[in-house]
Amino acid sequence: MSKVRIAQLSCGPEYSGVQKEIDEAAAAVDAEIFFPDLKLADIRHSFDEFGLEVRSPDLKLAIARAKALVEGRVEADAVFIATCFRCAEAAIVRNELRRYIHEHSRLPVVSYSFTERTTAGTLLTRMEALTTIARRRALLAREVQQGLTMGVDSGSSTTKAVVMRDNEIIGTGWLPTTAVLQSADDAVAQALSAAGVNRDDLQAIGTTGYGRFLVGEHLKADLIQEELTVNSKGAVFLADTQRGPSTVIDIGGMDNKAISVQDGIPGTFTMGGICAGASGRFLEMTSKRLGVDITELGPLAMKGLSRNVPMNSYCIVFGTQSLVNALAAGSSPEDVAAAACHSVAEQVFEQQLQEVDIKDPVIMVGGTSLIQGLVRAMGDLLQTEIVVPHHSQYIGAVGSALLASGFIKGE
Amino acid sequence: MAKVFLYPTTSLILSDLVARFGHKPLSAALQIRERIQTAGLESPPLQITPEEPKKGLRWAAVEVPSGVRGRMSLYGPMIDEAEAAIIINNADYSFGCMGCARTNELIKYLVRKRGIPVLDLEYPQNEEEGVEFVAAIKRFLDTLVGGPQ
Repeated sequence: MSKVRIAQLSCGPEYSGVQKEIDEAAAAVDAEIFFPDLKLADIRHSFDEFGLEVRSPDLKLAIARAKALVEGRVEADAVFIATCFRCAEAAIVRNELRRYIHEHSRLPVVSYSFTERTTAGTLLTRMEALTTIARRRALLAREVQQGLTMGVDSGSSTTKAVVMRDNEIIGTGWLPTTAVLQSADDAVAQALSAAGVNRDDLQAIGTTGYGRFLVGEHLKADLIQEELTVNSKGAVFLADTQRGPSTVIDIGGMDNKAISVQDGIPGTFTMGGICAGASGRFLEMTSKRLGVDITELGPLAMKGLSRNVPMNSYCIVFGTQSLVNALAAGSSPEDVAAAACHSVAEQVFEQQLQEVDIKDPVIMVGGTSLIQGLVRAMGDLLQTEIVVPHHSQYIGAVGSALLASGFIKGE
Repeated sequence: MAKVFLYPTTSLILSDLVARFGHKPLSAALQIRERIQTAGLESPPLQITPEEPKKGLRWAAVEVPSGVRGRMSLYGPMIDEAEAAIIINNADYSFGCMGCARTNELIKYLVRKRGIPVLDLEYPQNEEEGVEFVAAIKRFLDTLVGGPQ
């Protein structure tokens, strides 16, 4: 299998000491990073043509390289855009290049802002998604699940398993992730029992999520694939929007994903990255403080008004402080629940959704999509009707089971 | 012989001029080639580790991007050591180039703040300006301690 060639457009990684990490992350998924070869003389010309007046020569170089890729003067399988975190000039270029490449080519592209602390591990899932899109387009184009397959999503908060037969979900399992393998075994047992089938009957198995490699090896999975491409597939399958554009938002326990999808395949995506005040974890804490089960938080929030309580923090500690202050000042649990949902939606909207092109239908998935107050808040912010498909909390497992059917013998 | 800080620090021509006129150039000997096949225009040949941006905290605060701090870990000590400086503004990339505009602003400011003799020149656009450019550099270097008086 030939290596996937990822073109790097960047400013600052060598002087930040992270170029090695980028190279390592690419090598771990059998890809190679390369720098599109340009003539010094071409930089000014391409940069002038693009029309974005930046001052940093390395950003001008990145712009010239993006034009060379889009115009086909340099060939690549995918594009990785990376600039220093906290550089405003670079942030503008990063976003505009991502948009430019997405609109003018079919190249999968991911952008990232690094610090000197960025590690290969942090970049791995993003690199893996880039290579999956480049390498497995045929598999990702699969729209129908066939045979008897199982998907397991070993997430940071919960482990999910789904058994599918001939395009139907026939069994599910869902429980909190504790010991990774034990949780996977238990979720699998639940799903198999609900489906009324034996493990030996399964024709193929797929795994995704943080624990995908460990669980995949344990279950002898046919497909081990990162959650960006798998969740996209699961989302458009469950929402029945396999063709055309869509946007997938997954607010997880540890990170959030926003994916701009075309025909079930991610075009651009972000994976945060941002603090816990913008994660499902904050909603868990809110429900605990309000003394309600997480499943009751959504209906509670639907009865409240978020604008009655000031709450807007990336940080889970400051967010909790706002929550405690509001309750001490006599705010109702309903308003506090609504404010917590709005706060999480707002952080995701401000931090991540600006980095992908939002196109209807917007599909919310993952466990947090069952919290109606959060879905309403996101819909208000995006000024659109959010789609939450049935079984949305099983999105990764469904996507895995669907894609795994491509590995059934004879397929 | 005076220690002369150069901007752009990657300029081999400037570095050579300073050495020819009897002083010690403080610069990064990075060649800017006709074809760019590295991450940036002046990608360092040496392996910079995540420790360098931390060392750069001496010249730029933690909220300053890591790429700026990483560069400052190299150029900051040179500025501290310099007894004079030559700054060439709006230089052609082939003359010498530094990839990050924010670092460039900080470097020029720190050089000027040192209170050492500084020669500020515009990059020449034609042969006549080129001759005057070299002459101006020679005149400046001649005035420095240890230079040919």
